Amino acid sequence: MSTYNLDITRERCPMTFVKAKLHLEQLEPGDTTEILLTAGEPLDNVPRTATEQGYQVLESIHVRDNIHKLIIRKP
Amino acid sequence: MAEQQKLSIISMSGDFDKVIAVFTLASGAAAVGYQVNIFFTFWGLNSIKKVTGRSFIGSGFMARFFNFLLGGRKNLPLSRLNFGGLSPILMTGMMKGKNVATLEELFDASKALKVNFYACEMAMHVLGLGREDFIPEVKDVLGVASFLELSKGGQTLFI
Repeated sequence: MSTYNLDITRERCPMTFVKAKLHLEQLEPGDTTEILLTAGEPLDNVPRTATEQGYQVLESIHVRDNIHKLIIRKP
Repeated sequence: MAEQQKLSIISMSGDFDKVIAVFTLASGAAAVGYQVNIFFTFWGLNSIKKVTGRSFIGSGFMARFFNFLLGGRKNLPLSRLNFGGLSPILMTGMMKGKNVATLEELFDASKALKVNFYACEMAMHVLGLGREDFIPEVKDVLGVASFLELSKGGQTLFI
């Protein structure tokens, strides 16, 4: 089991979703990852699509200003 | 998991800005879990040519001449204010400066997310192009009937 990190706070659509998707694809079952993202489109959609694709969004934490952190696990 | 949604795009334009729209939608949709198909026809074929610049490819004098003028993915013109090819270079610089993905990045993302590329058989015939003139990621060469079949049940866009 490994822990990964991804920062997509500087990315713009559609690369926010592209990088999140490619990052999640490299997880093995049981792995968790922390994704830093901004409020708005990324925060609205990354957790939703991750859930739709079978990942577990364990936590969504407000870090500072408009930056949030998601903790996602591949079951 | 919900049933996979599907987006099919007919890419006809060879304009830089419209091709960016094609690959933005394609990579974005694939990233949020859609099955994405792109059917490249006429000038849209320029973006999947193996040669990315100007080159005399194709069979027949007229076809080779046309393909030289059309070029490939790295010399697509802007639909307005192209200024002899200067504007796409400036636009790419502006996009990089503002942290927005460039055409090449969107194209690479589409390939990485396994977007399905299809080439139009009729347009290839007119332009004297063969399968070997395109990137290996092109999954198949299709006609209208096959494209309608594979886009059935999803959303279709014409760009």
